[in-house]
Amino acid sequence: MNSAPVLEVDGLKTVFGTRALAIHAVNDVSFSLREGELLGVVGESGSGKSVTMMSLLRLLPSPPARIEAGRVMFEGQDLVQLDDAGLRRVRGRGIGFVFQDPMTSLNPVFTVGFQLMEPLRTHLGLDRKAARKRAAELLALVGIPSPEARLDDYPHQFSGGMRQRVMIAIALACDPKVLIADEPTTALDVTIQAQILELVKDLRRKLGMAVVWITHDLGVVAGIADRVIVMYAGQVVERAEVEALYENPTHPYTRALMETLPGVDGARGQRLRTIAGQPPILTAPPAACPFAARCAHVHDRCREANPPLFEVVPGHAAACWLASPESGARNVL
Amino acid sequence: MSFDHAQPRETLVSVSGLSVHFPIYAGLIRRQVGTVRAVDGVTFDVARGETLGLVGESGCGKSTTGRAILRLVEATSGKILMAGQDIASLGAEPLRRMRPRMQMIFQDPHASLNPRMTVGSIIAEPLTEHGTLRGRARQRRVEELLDAVGLNPDFANRYPHEFSGGQRQRIGIARALALDPDFIVCDEPIAALDVSIQAQVVNLLEELQERLGLTYLFISHDLSMVRHIADRVAVMYLGKIIELATRDALYDAPKHPYTQALLSAVPIPNPRVEATRRHIILKGDVPSPANPPSGCRFRTRCPIAEARCAAEEPAWRKLEDGRHVACHFAT
Repeated sequence: MNSAPVLEVDGLKTVFGTRALAIHAVNDVSFSLREGELLGVVGESGSGKSVTMMSLLRLLPSPPARIEAGRVMFEGQDLVQLDDAGLRRVRGRGIGFVFQDPMTSLNPVFTVGFQLMEPLRTHLGLDRKAARKRAAELLALVGIPSPEARLDDYPHQFSGGMRQRVMIAIALACDPKVLIADEPTTALDVTIQAQILELVKDLRRKLGMAVVWITHDLGVVAGIADRVIVMYAGQVVERAEVEALYENPTHPYTRALMETLPGVDGARGQRLRTIAGQPPILTAPPAACPFAARCAHVHDRCREANPPLFEVVPGHAAACWLASPESGARNVL
Repeated sequence: MSFDHAQPRETLVSVSGLSVHFPIYAGLIRRQVGTVRAVDGVTFDVARGETLGLVGESGCGKSTTGRAILRLVEATSGKILMAGQDIASLGAEPLRRMRPRMQMIFQDPHASLNPRMTVGSIIAEPLTEHGTLRGRARQRRVEELLDAVGLNPDFANRYPHEFSGGQRQRIGIARALALDPDFIVCDEPIAALDVSIQAQVVNLLEELQERLGLTYLFISHDLSMVRHIADRVAVMYLGKIIELATRDALYDAPKHPYTQALLSAVPIPNPRVEATRRHIILKGDVPSPANPPSGCRFRTRCPIAEARCAAEEPAWRKLEDGRHVACHFAT
């Protein structure tokens, strides 16, 4: 695996402004995606993981959404500054996007074939016949039986899992360098989820694209990711290789999250561990650690300043004062 | 949790041969053209004080089973005995008198609370409808219930929109507890909540069970949460229960090929385990319950299906270790 980044996000801030108040959904998020790797993005609802990824491709309606700061470098261009025509060339062609809900993200009045051929014809300039042939190949690639015939079917004639396969086929149509998948298996049953996960592993072996996989399920990430970032309150609170993260979770939030999970294997606790309280509502940019109110290790400094990401070991960083080099409390964590 | 398997317990709810079929109408004169067999002959008992987990994928009929037991949908056939009375054939008034003993906690805390009613009146509604409590006594009971589910009693005058998802689910639980029920059907009570909030609600349900001696039918698609909360687990597929066993037996050594596939499909939050674990990937999708396969309903996706499975429906057998399985090959 090559380590050159294909996508680099630096200091991204997205704010939703309404007349009454502003919601700071993404606060200074930076990460990079290396060629061919799968980056898992984990967090609970409202942690800003989807908004971050939508901001990358400027998919959020503006207003109310506003990208206040940051750079998103892809193929030598800053996507934040790019004009509409340039963005259109990137969307679908350079970066493919799979949305969460396969029931609502396909257009019900067009055939699946039409929706698959659309990016092929606009981005690659294929003619009708060539596009149809390629579309059938794509359906075969994602494991849909009798692909040629199914091109003329409408989305409602497919089941949820099959529709998600179609979504993946559309995202992969122009052979993108980066695939962003936003909770692609959340709406699916576990046995169907297992099919999709297997498909993605298989496609990565065949096509070698880099993938950003957004999920709230720590189990899914454990099975497919190379590296993981954990998000909380619109910030990256921990960043690590997948094995390091699960073996040595460093941010108190990551650890609490892992402890609340019951499993289907291993010992079974008498009571589940819980994280007391609720995530904060971000009406202002965070001036203190956003997890302070729910944290078991909170001290004065957490309420005074927002900790940056401290590297604990190379490749593993956590945004916690206890992880800072001068704190001396690293062994506590 | 306090359930003791060694001691035989009194059966509180006994369901036998329960079926719920929904007619399909089509055409100009809305003629019936078919039947969706949502629940097709399920049989199980729930002992007093235990939690029976009911798991399965979407569309397998687990929620319909729960609703049929409380007669929120009418059963097509079958018996539902609760404390000796057959709920399925009860008339309107006797059924109303049974209602306080059996309650439900719903899946979606955003849709199951009336947005125009205050939390106090939502919780007081069952008391008004069934109880004899009035005025100050009723108000005290509402405060007591709010306190029992971990909410501030001063919140009684607020409206549901002022609460978060987890808090709303607590309000739903308080409402279900209002009439001191014996039996509560929990229909996916944590599916709409975030993981850190799920644990809070599950712990609350367990505490209340210990304190009040409640009996739960816990319906969920989350196999790891069911493993945590249930004493026994029933697995449903396409309208039928295919395996029913004590929790440890089911999770340690599943016997039905569907249960095996289902458990192997749950991702384990440990990269080392995931890297070496064998997943059983089922082919295809769940068939339509309007037109289920002949013989064994799982045979179209089953990795070990043979000709016999298409011809002959597997019997609901009791194995040596006491569990029930519907598969020709399970031993």
